[in-house]
Amino acid sequence: MTDIVANPIAANTGFHRTEAAEKRLRRRYAAEQRFKIYGIIAITLAIGMLVLLLFTILRNGVTAFQQTAIQLEVTLDPAVIDPKGTGNPADWDRAAFQDLVHDALYKEFPDVSRGDRRELRRMISPVAGVFLGNQVLKDPSMLGQTVSVWLPASDPINQIVKGRIDRELPEANRPVSDQQLAWLDQLRERGDSKTIFNSTFFTASDSNYPELAGLWGSVVGSIFTLAVTLVLALPIGVAAAVYLEEFAPKNKFTDLIEVNINNLAAVPSIVFGLLGLAVFLNFFGMPRSAPLVGGMVIALMSLPTIIIASRAALKAVPPSIREAALGMGASKLQTVWHHVLPLAMPGILTGTIIAMAQALGETAPLLMIGMNAFVTAPPTGLLSSSSVLPVQIYIWADAPERGFVELTSAAIMILLIFLITMNGIAIYLRKKFERRW
Amino acid sequence: MEAMTMSQTVDPGAAAAGKIVKMSSRGTKVFYGEKRALHGIDVDIYRNEVLALIGPSGCGKSTFLRTLNRMNDTIDICRVEGKLMLDDQDIYDPKLDVVQLRARVGMVFQKPNPFPKSIYENIIYGPKLHGLATRKDEFDAIVEASLQRAGLWNEVKDRLLEPGTGLSGGQQQRLCIARAIAVSPEVILMDEPCSALDPIATAHIEELIDELRENFTIVIVTHNMQQAARVSQRTAFFHLGDLVEVGETEDIFTNPRDERTQGYITGRYG
Amino acid sequence: MPIQLTVAVLLILSAIGYWIGRQRAMSVSGGRVASLHSVPNYYGSFVAVWAGIPALLLVLFFLMLKGPVIEMLVLGAMSPDAVLSWAKASISPNDFQALSTAGIAGADALAETQRNLMMINIRNLATGQERFVNPAVVDALLPAAQHMQHLEATSRWSLFAICMAIAAGALFITHRKITPQFRARNNVERVVTWGLIVCSVIAILTTVGIVLSLLFESMRFFARVSPVEFLFGLQWSPQTAIRADQVGASGAFGAIPLFTGTLLIATVAMAVALPLGLLSAIYLSEYAPRRVRDTVKPVLEILAGIPTVVYGFFAILTVAPFVRDMGVALGLPVSSNSALAAGIVMGIMIVPFVSSLSDDVINAVPQSLRDGSYGLGATRSETIRQVILPAALPGIVGAFLLAVSRAIGETMIVVMAAGMAANLTFNPLDAVTTVTVQIAALLTGDQEFESAKTLSAFALGFVLFFATLALNVVALRVVQKYREKYD
Ligand SMILES: Nc1ncnc2c1ncn2[C@@H]1O[C@H](COP(=O)(O)OP(=O)(O)OP(=O)(O)O)[C@@H](O)[C@H]1O
Ligand SMILES: [Mg+2]
Repeated sequence: MTDIVANPIAANTGFHRTEAAEKRLRRRYAAEQRFKIYGIIAITLAIGMLVLLLFTILRNGVTAFQQTAIQLEVTLDPAVIDPKGTGNPADWDRAAFQDLVHDALYKEFPDVSRGDRRELRRMISPVAGVFLGNQVLKDPSMLGQTVSVWLPASDPINQIVKGRIDRELPEANRPVSDQQLAWLDQLRERGDSKTIFNSTFFTASDSNYPELAGLWGSVVGSIFTLAVTLVLALPIGVAAAVYLEEFAPKNKFTDLIEVNINNLAAVPSIVFGLLGLAVFLNFFGMPRSAPLVGGMVIALMSLPTIIIASRAALKAVPPSIREAALGMGASKLQTVWHHVLPLAMPGILTGTIIAMAQALGETAPLLMIGMNAFVTAPPTGLLSSSSVLPVQIYIWADAPERGFVELTSAAIMILLIFLITMNGIAIYLRKKFERRW
Repeated sequence: MEAMTMSQTVDPGAAAAGKIVKMSSRGTKVFYGEKRALHGIDVDIYRNEVLALIGPSGCGKSTFLRTLNRMNDTIDICRVEGKLMLDDQDIYDPKLDVVQLRARVGMVFQKPNPFPKSIYENIIYGPKLHGLATRKDEFDAIVEASLQRAGLWNEVKDRLLEPGTGLSGGQQQRLCIARAIAVSPEVILMDEPCSALDPIATAHIEELIDELRENFTIVIVTHNMQQAARVSQRTAFFHLGDLVEVGETEDIFTNPRDERTQGYITGRYG
Repeated sequence: MPIQLTVAVLLILSAIGYWIGRQRAMSVSGGRVASLHSVPNYYGSFVAVWAGIPALLLVLFFLMLKGPVIEMLVLGAMSPDAVLSWAKASISPNDFQALSTAGIAGADALAETQRNLMMINIRNLATGQERFVNPAVVDALLPAAQHMQHLEATSRWSLFAICMAIAAGALFITHRKITPQFRARNNVERVVTWGLIVCSVIAILTTVGIVLSLLFESMRFFARVSPVEFLFGLQWSPQTAIRADQVGASGAFGAIPLFTGTLLIATVAMAVALPLGLLSAIYLSEYAPRRVRDTVKPVLEILAGIPTVVYGFFAILTVAPFVRDMGVALGLPVSSNSALAAGIVMGIMIVPFVSSLSDDVINAVPQSLRDGSYGLGATRSETIRQVILPAALPGIVGAFLLAVSRAIGETMIVVMAAGMAANLTFNPLDAVTTVTVQIAALLTGDQEFESAKTLSAFALGFVLFFATLALNVVALRVVQKYREKYD
């Protein structure tokens, strides 16, 4: 070795203990610290957003479980309700209930002039008559009597009472007039107004009126849709996974299937909606808005997820088990059916539940096949018009009335509860059946 | 065991020969979680010598090597007890800076691990970090010097900008050695540097180690008895987490004091 | 004869078949079950499978083809008079004039749109939903409706009869085949294996279905609007055509503003998601203590599990007003549904996706490279920035491409938070619209049959599908190459 080339290295011997090196080291540590802080900031931001999202939903949503009600003394005049006098509820004049409600309201505030009655009427829900009608239907003996009933207040009043609209705002900026506020305060003083549990939210279906709108229809719709998805996607997905993992020869064709499955998993969901619209609705002429079609579209979407999860579960079963079964003279199919599949089942189920949770939140493809129809009753079958939970959320998020903001948030809370439960079950299953071979 | 001061050495003969202690270990114990991998190692490493660590697989050679520049810090469950010194600095002093320590005590690994960068960038990676040079010509000089030292210069001087991963295994290992030298460390730790190499490349590296001794202190782990005999001045024999004996390489190979050492070097077990 | 009943009877027959097969196997074995080639259950399955599956497949086939075939027959049998009197009441006077002077032979003379409209009327009549039908055409369409009812009823009955014949025939033949030597198990297993293959092929069929349906409908669109105008036009306003006879002249279908809008929002989203996702992944895999990693990772996964409709609502409720207020505070004009707000929320949605992909990629970088760097006295961040990230770059690029594909295919967030206005702009403070928003808008609500407007959604879907497909294929390739490098 020549001296010249040995120089730079030897010259630096001891450099690491010099003042200059120490100084540089401090700078390097400062950079290190900064970099670490970027990471912490990134995580904090991401989690902060999650917290903000959940908090926003919670804050906006909790009030939806309460509904402001007003107590009125309603005189249920049979001549008005049952003008034909048949006594058959089918012949009742449903619109008359609202008039009775209004009359009761005028009685409650006898000094209100005729001119102000319009404003007074706006205190009570425009569909209070429906609630009254339902009560009378349940208990026809009320007919002909004067009863005291709690009826929902109108949406603006409801929002004021819950503090979702600030009553200190200038009159022009709020949907409730000073006069109405005064009436409201009178009612409250008399104990004729309070907030009650909003059971409608859990029992009714969609409506144009927030007081009358509920989640039940779309929950049933989601259950029907997911049932179809599950019935189609689980067996097909598992069968495909079993074939690809246990039987398929390694050739061009199975490669093609594999590539296909991987790509399908990344196709935008709305494209599946287009597929459903073009093939199921337009070509095969299936009905719009039906849980059957929705379930089929989502089944196609979920298939890749289920196949991939099932294959992973099958792969985790050690070959020794197959060898043992085959060695005892079982056929390949028997081996898979009796030994491999049962062992892989927890993994498959976990994957399936996760796929179902995704399916439950799926919205865009269902819009394409018309599941955003305005449906005021739960579906009665797989072919009847229906909405689903996330689509209901979308529809309500679009609605102009103030009351729908809280309903949307509450619906999201319910949806998230379903999702958390499903994922919780999946995690539990995974933990419980986690196996070290 | 009684605490020792640093002036006491475990090998009085060497001290008498006027050798300077570069690194020393007293009662070093290493734990992986609950499991103890080293049971108390006492050894001195002298400046400008090559110390070979030999012993059966799993006896803790790599573990000991990694405690010398605190590479064990990267393993969560690893814990070190005892006193380890570099010159007059305590290696495990919480105030000590690992980055500086590793700049002074470089390491070459069993499997060549060049970065997926060009040969040139592989070499200047360390010097750039530590600010050993600032100008292009200084870097060029470092690259040439290190590659010369590692005996790789003639093979790669025309393709310095090609990826280091494109070299042969032996060349890659020499690149890693060059990379370690470029930082101008005081000590170089080598963990079975030749285990993946053919005899010619191995011979190359052995030659190199002998030359490097002039500027550096070297600790090398090897499974190859001949190699230990060829390159090292002193040899330490490890067994099941204990340092069985350490001494002049010649003595260890011709006249081992412990029968376990005897058994190992004559190939009765290992 | 409702089809459900046919299916139910078939299932019952199949179950009976199982029992018969078992019994038969027992009796031919003369009580020595061991002398049979397969266990008796397989003989049962053998009979059940052949009694059930062919007929059930026929039912499926029938369900798929019944609608189109019956329509064809009904239309084919309609008299010119009936068609003309329907047309008189239903289509524009000009069209009717042209139609009647040309002299027609039947329903074929109608344009496709008109024929579909008439078919809907007939179907409503046939299913007793007269209230949806213009009373003026009821009389003219009644014969066709009755014809349809008749065909429906006949076809169902014949289906039932044929299915029963097939099932019974299968029962008879399979029953006779059962002997102790007969390899029932092999037969059943062959059928099952074919079933498995069919199930795997469904993935391919789905892709083929997507490609064909998009291609088919896009072709019809491009028959009305030139592909050049669609791909390079700068003006998008599909909303003009109201009446069917305006179709050719309707609207402007230049999709460039949609493409730029999509890219703008995707860019904002990636500008949020990439740094957040990558830095989180780096922190979690290189810095965070195990305990932190084990808690933060699932929390980020929650972010990934939230349905996009929820993000959309979050965008309109919180983020968009916040962005607008910030703009006002800074004196900037911010649209109330700015690309920025939609992009930010979409970015948050994609963060966990980017971070989990990057996490995989970073963990795939071998420990030996880290050791090499630390061994030279590098700090953690130096190692990460100068060794790990460059080594992981291909994988990160792959993850990035997958995330972009996600962003441009995402629908609900933009449907709710971005606008409908097809502005050609790169200013993130303006409102833009995206491909997915337009697809959703064009296909929800009232659709006009066969109009360029409706069909344009499929052309957009076509572009979207192939753009995301290309991104995915490239990304998966890149990631796979990367994996192989370090395996
Ligand atoms: N990261 C680790 N975690 C847990 N235990 C470890 C770890 N690394 C090493 N060990 C244990 O420590 C002991 C010593 O290992 P070490 O790698 O030091 O042996 P070695 O002498 O280098 O062996 P070889 O010659 O095979 O390289 C072994 O029992 C090993 O199992
Ligand atoms: Mg080792």
